[in-house]
Amino acid sequence: MPLDRANVDTDFIIPKQFLKSIKRSGFGVNLFDEHRYLDKGEPGRDNSQRPLNPDFVMNQPRYKGASVLVARENFGCGSSREHAPWALDDYGFRVIIAPSYADIFFNNCFKNGILPIVLDSKIVDSIFAAVEAEEGYSLTVDLEQQKIELPSGEAIPFEVDSFRKYCLMNGLDDIGLTLQDADKIKNFEQRWRGASPWYFGVQG
Amino acid sequence: MAGKTLYDKLWDSHLVTQRDDGTALIYIDRQLIHEVTSPQAFEGLRLAGRLPWRADANFATPDHNIPTTKDERRQGLEGIKDPVSRIQVTTLDDNCREFGIFELDMNDERQGIVHVVGPEQGATLPGMTIVCGDSHTSTHGALGALAHGIGTSEVEHVMATQCLLQTKMKNMLIRVDGRLNPGVTAKDIVLAIIGEIGTAGGTGYTIEFGGEAIMSLSVEGRMTVCNMAIEAGARAGLIAVDQTTLEYIKGRPFAPKGEMWEQASVAWRELVSDSDAHFDRVVVIDAADIIPQVTWGTSPEMVAPITGEIPDPDKESNSSRAANMRQALKYMGLKPGTKITDIQLDCIFIGSCTNSRIEDLRAAAAVVKGHKVASTVEMALVVPGSGLVKKQAEAEGLDKIFIEAGLEWREPGCSMCLAMNADQLGAGKHCASTSNRNFEGRQGFGGRTHLVSPAMAAAAAINGHFVDVRDMLLTQDR
Ligand code: SF4
Repeated sequence: MPLDRANVDTDFIIPKQFLKSIKRSGFGVNLFDEHRYLDKGEPGRDNSQRPLNPDFVMNQPRYKGASVLVARENFGCGSSREHAPWALDDYGFRVIIAPSYADIFFNNCFKNGILPIVLDSKIVDSIFAAVEAEEGYSLTVDLEQQKIELPSGEAIPFEVDSFRKYCLMNGLDDIGLTLQDADKIKNFEQRWRGASPWYFGVQG
Repeated sequence: MAGKTLYDKLWDSHLVTQRDDGTALIYIDRQLIHEVTSPQAFEGLRLAGRLPWRADANFATPDHNIPTTKDERRQGLEGIKDPVSRIQVTTLDDNCREFGIFELDMNDERQGIVHVVGPEQGATLPGMTIVCGDSHTSTHGALGALAHGIGTSEVEHVMATQCLLQTKMKNMLIRVDGRLNPGVTAKDIVLAIIGEIGTAGGTGYTIEFGGEAIMSLSVEGRMTVCNMAIEAGARAGLIAVDQTTLEYIKGRPFAPKGEMWEQASVAWRELVSDSDAHFDRVVVIDAADIIPQVTWGTSPEMVAPITGEIPDPDKESNSSRAANMRQALKYMGLKPGTKITDIQLDCIFIGSCTNSRIEDLRAAAAVVKGHKVASTVEMALVVPGSGLVKKQAEAEGLDKIFIEAGLEWREPGCSMCLAMNADQLGAGKHCASTSNRNFEGRQGFGGRTHLVSPAMAAAAAINGHFVDVRDMLLTQDR
């Protein structure tokens, strides 16, 4: 899905009134809320009854189910809310392609399993043109090979930090990484339980 | 080789593995949970299809959003008027049920502020590592535990792995030598310390509090001191284990019993800094120099003795500090040179995880007994830290003393410490508060907070302005 607008901030991605939520999921229906709907969104409302903005790209049937977002420079600027990648992820985006990103947002994407790809703005221009020209246009992102395969058979290489690539490929977040040391934790725990049994399961 | 500090010992005993970049995995013995910072962590577990590593290491109770009037509490969850607050509380109940986590729910007699309830139940013990998604987790260091606050993503990390990623802090010792003057309390000590080292003085350190004045405090008083370690910039505060600590813990529901108690108490005796341990920084304060303290600004370091006056920013040589002082005085509606005893009060709040334990309530009751709240004081709340504190206070008749004097006797919770429930300080109103933060808007939009000890808050309630509680105690003695 092409989002032809520079400096999209996190409030654009998910407006502040949704931050009161107790959840990390369920933000997808309010992704780009102020542009996607014609009225003001509130947490807890039934979004299926709200009037859609027919002019917003997301509401065009041809982009339904899109998992790649093509965007412009400085995507994800503004507040550091992790709700922004949560919302993109929840909606179903797996990859973002843009010429540049705001720093914190860029990091938050990796933490949440989204791949933000940086490409030269001329290449991004050409992708925009191709997507808009052809309904049902689809491209394939090959993280392992670090390339985007276009329908023409052409491949565009991209850069990604090797450690982050490793984490994404293996589905590892901070917790996943720590759990790679699960044996060490278990060994420690066993020793500690032996030495200090009073910390384990003693209860009124 | 130099000996180890208490912090070194706690760190070493919980080190699971050290990474090349200096970060370490630290094993966590206890995670305390409240309703505000836990929902996304539980949600994260659910989304990733993970279970808690050790459900029995977790202990939950709601506190921040809980209403504190009898009437609201009688209605149970329905009594929480704000739907967003209510959802947070019911979500905690649901999550604890789903993941098999022990919870003292809102209607449990033992419910209360998590930092009051944890030690009270013996759920926080010496030698433990303790975390909670709440900065005042430092409180539990009073028992010789390594305890600090963490963020929501770390809450999830600990739930899933029983470990926390940490880099080791530096060691600081704050020694308060000698004996305290009568009428001077743990709160005055810690406010004086923050006045001395500043709110960033402890940044990057774990602070151990020691010296005669600290070690002669009760465990409750020690908790008051460690509670505010975070206000001095340190994520964790610590106090060595001694006989006082062991006596406090013995017999509490979650504490070990019988043979295990014997073994544990022997092990806990080792939880002191070695005499030749190296501290990166040492601050020494003479207890005799400390008198009752009152904050006049919007940071806990903006504090003065009750006999003092509000300082003049024009006389401050550091220009950014002077600017902060001006900003604070403007917000507080106060003028330089005003005597602290001339500050008039509209509200009194006795409560919070700093000062809502039974000793705090006894100290406040002793001051108000036989007096009446000044007619100019619009609201005076006493909010016990837990249901059990409340019960004990009522058994001692403290509730009657407060009510007769014209203070409101409330149900346990965080209440007007942060005004997340309905208890709010009005704009422009001055409040003598026994809590720990006097930031702008902390107790309600535009509210003006002065941090003091329970006895000082009680004395202010009766007089309508600050007074030196030592004078009142003297008159009473006569
Ligand atoms: S009493 Fe205040 S400081 Fe303590 S946990 Fe509650 S809100 Fe936080």
